[in-house]
Amino acid sequence: MNKMLHLVNKSPFDRNALDSCLRLAEAGSSVLLIEDGVYAALSKAESAGAVGDRMEDLNFYVLGPDVSARGLDDTPLIDGISVVDYGGFVDLVVEHDVAQSWL
Amino acid sequence: MEPWEEEEGPEVVKRFMYVNRRAPYGTIYALECLEVVLVAAAFDQDVSVVFVDDGIYQLKKDQDTAGIGMKNFSKTYRALDDYDVEKIYVEKESLEKRGMTEDDLIIPVEVVAADNLREIMAQQDVVISS
Repeated sequence: MNKMLHLVNKSPFDRNALDSCLRLAEAGSSVLLIEDGVYAALSKAESAGAVGDRMEDLNFYVLGPDVSARGLDDTPLIDGISVVDYGGFVDLVVEHDVAQSWL
Repeated sequence: MEPWEEEEGPEVVKRFMYVNRRAPYGTIYALECLEVVLVAAAFDQDVSVVFVDDGIYQLKKDQDTAGIGMKNFSKTYRALDDYDVEKIYVEKESLEKRGMTEDDLIIPVEVVAADNLREIMAQQDVVISS
């Protein structure tokens, strides 16, 4: 089975991209939140429950520069989400067999 | 009076409301709407600006866009006061859904519940949403 990296760049409040991703992502795959997708990483937002439900079987990452741009450096993230920079983004793409963007 | 001469009448002031519903940076809507508001305010109209849904993220403090190579326009919201745009509303329900409070915002706003915002919206002559 191919190891998949899921890219989500839409706000969970604006679109259902994250919900679809969480519903269809195979256990053991990874989810990288970028652009407006980073709002899904916030622990105090209402969307946190859906991410928390798959924390055990998916690996979650969030792109740091997009977090900083949106003023969220001091806003708590969901426990277990790793912050990566652009280099880390590249590493994730290389480590996975397939990258899928949930546009 | 010649046909090309305009009749001097009482100046018409309309109530304009700008409704911001998008997060900044992911799309161009937030920046474009801010620019439109600043232009409209220069024409001495009755302008109010509303932030609902992901639009409230436009006002989040501490934005630092150095890492994404885009212009940080969040400080421009502070200029609204200089343009005498003083009616700035944030919907209470949108804040709560995102776990945010008034303290998270870069400018002073009036936090209003949807019930109140509905009434304010109903009083407008022109509503522009983005």
